[in-house]
Amino acid sequence: MTDQQAVTIKVCLGTSGKASGGADVLSIFQKLIQLNGIEAQINKRCSYTKVGCRGFCSKDVLVDVIINDQKVTYQSIKPTMVERIVEEHILKGTPVAEWLTREDYESFQSKQHKVVLGPCGEIDPESIDDYLGINGYQAAKRAISKMRRDEVIKTIILSGLRGRGGSGFSTGTKWEICKSQPDNTRYIICNVGEVNRPLAEGNPHAIIEGLLIGGYAIGAEKGFIYIRERYHLSVARLRNAINQAKDNGFIGKQIFGTDFCFDIEFSFGTEAFICGEETALMESIEGKRAMPRVRPPFPVQKGLWGKPTVINNAETFSNIPLIIRKGAGWFSSMGTEESTGTKVFTLSGKVKNVGLVEIPMGMPFRDIVYGIGGGMEGDRALKAVQVGGPSGGLIPASMLDMGLDYENLSKIGSIVGSGGMVVFNEDDCIVSITKFFMEFLQRESCGKCPPCRIGTKRMLELLTKITEGRAEYKDLATLERLSGLMKTSSLCGLGRSASNPFITGLNHFRDEYLTHIREKKCPAGVCIALITFSVIEDRCKGCTLCRKVCPAGAVTGEVKKPHRIDAAACIKCGACYKACRFGAIKRQ
Amino acid sequence: MIMEQKLKAILDTHTKSKGTLITLLQQTEAAFGYLPEEAVVWFSKKLDIPASRFFGIATFYSQFHLKPTGKNTITICCGAACHIKGADKILEEVRSALHLGKGDDTAQDLSFTVQNATCIGACSIAPVAILNNQVYGNTDAEQVVKLVKGFEKEGEYTGFEYD
Repeated sequence: MTDQQAVTIKVCLGTSGKASGGADVLSIFQKLIQLNGIEAQINKRCSYTKVGCRGFCSKDVLVDVIINDQKVTYQSIKPTMVERIVEEHILKGTPVAEWLTREDYESFQSKQHKVVLGPCGEIDPESIDDYLGINGYQAAKRAISKMRRDEVIKTIILSGLRGRGGSGFSTGTKWEICKSQPDNTRYIICNVGEVNRPLAEGNPHAIIEGLLIGGYAIGAEKGFIYIRERYHLSVARLRNAINQAKDNGFIGKQIFGTDFCFDIEFSFGTEAFICGEETALMESIEGKRAMPRVRPPFPVQKGLWGKPTVINNAETFSNIPLIIRKGAGWFSSMGTEESTGTKVFTLSGKVKNVGLVEIPMGMPFRDIVYGIGGGMEGDRALKAVQVGGPSGGLIPASMLDMGLDYENLSKIGSIVGSGGMVVFNEDDCIVSITKFFMEFLQRESCGKCPPCRIGTKRMLELLTKITEGRAEYKDLATLERLSGLMKTSSLCGLGRSASNPFITGLNHFRDEYLTHIREKKCPAGVCIALITFSVIEDRCKGCTLCRKVCPAGAVTGEVKKPHRIDAAACIKCGACYKACRFGAIKRQ
Repeated sequence: MIMEQKLKAILDTHTKSKGTLITLLQQTEAAFGYLPEEAVVWFSKKLDIPASRFFGIATFYSQFHLKPTGKNTITICCGAACHIKGADKILEEVRSALHLGKGDDTAQDLSFTVQNATCIGACSIAPVAILNNQVYGNTDAEQVVKLVKGFEKEGEYTGFEYD
């Protein structure tokens, strides 16, 4: 960068940045600076970059202003705020202090270990030059023109990289088995799941490069990107990246002067959770109902159209170029012995700092929630952390010092999954959460195998019984028995792991289940059928507000006299509870 | 017939690009806003594939509709992160604002189709609603209902509003 180009403005334009009006922020910066001839006034060149997600989406739009290598970051910027930044900071050199990010941003970022997310938020995801500027496609060049296929695979095996999508199988070993199959045609598929979106939006070229190296390593000439059509921005940026890679000769025929040819095609998936299962995903690419296949044969033996196929997700592929460039030793030095490297999670729920985080494997949950997450929202007590989406387990507050890795999670009956992490506090009901996940899985079960199709339905019915106060003790035993049956006899991971939230929940929160069943009470006050609203007479000032907001006309009373709620007419909407300014409504 | 011309064009692309039945149905849905029965029967005859195979796919994936859909789509994300931040309530209020009956997803006047998405991966700005292609984060029932109602009046979406 020369002196002439001394002002750089970086605006976050990921899904969240765009949702907060980031595109307008960027264009107003451009317009104001060009219209007012600011470059001439300050004798500096200004450049503008749209960047991907830097994770702290709750404070979007985030804007970096870099003047003479001095970088400051603004948070929650709206288009109307741009003028003042240009006026005071860019023209006069004084940053607008009250709009700068605060300590929470600093602690959110500094406690992470960004490897695959590193370039997201720094480079323009739509520019191949930016990617080349951070040594992009050098790993592909070295792998394809200087390394043998088995050398590439050996490096990946040595790095210890395990699939970032679900089961955590060794990526290198998967590639090796696929390559050893006798067929001449092989396929490689990149699954872009919901948690991978920021990677596709922030640094799509890394995914393409990883896929290219994978294709070379297993001897595939065709790669597929499987992505939901609805992820418009991810699709657009990946498509743009593929076109740029083609123009530069990285995809196509005789890549890097060798006889290796590789082409990438999109396959647009649909809104179906089951498509995260690899054989169901292949059925979907082949244009059929996404129902899992019986294994063996495994996809690496007979996959897409019966040919040996490797499926990895976008995060796994994003790691590949870095491992080739920096070496297996570099990668395995991060994380734990058995779970190397880093993992991306979307930290969400009742923590202060929600966002996209990347941590070294093995980091204790406590450090994630209280370090990166900045602690609980409203300093409430943490109840549980859920990892791995609807098929993951619930981790209670007492186990927060456990490190997050494949081994520990599998020991307690959970999975790493693709990277969802939701934090619950004391206002959340474990039974109700479990019922929510079961509702989802029951709806998403493809219906091919009876243990999953019938099991999820029966489990949902029993969980509903508990939340409605109609359950008996024996229902818990039935739930446990069903869980065991589904785990051992379902065809695919969806059915096998569907009971994880229930089993882990029952292990750590048995009392909560028992209170629902025995006392017909929901300690968290969530299960509608089990709660009642009543007026605490001492506190009621008779302001009539509750009477006015009640949609069912269940509240009666005169002005300045304690009101009462008719339990039979109450629809338990909680409107009175929320409206009361004196804390005079009791919910129990 | 306009419909037949459209179908021919879709079939042409399908044959040229060696597409699958899913891509064929996706293109049909994009052209008509839903999958008209006549279209499916037409393809079934031309391709000599039983219509049941098409309907099997169409009913498996929630993206396909067998009835006409609305001019606009409002999607409420109902993943875990959005769920605990009240996605249910948003969905319920939007549905009632559009007077949708049980099992319906499209308003009578075809102004809107309401969908719920499984996780869309924008958990850090939960709860999330998507109006056509515009994502709204940290939203609530009031804002989403306002979006939908604003549409009814103006008929067309005019841009993003800041608070």
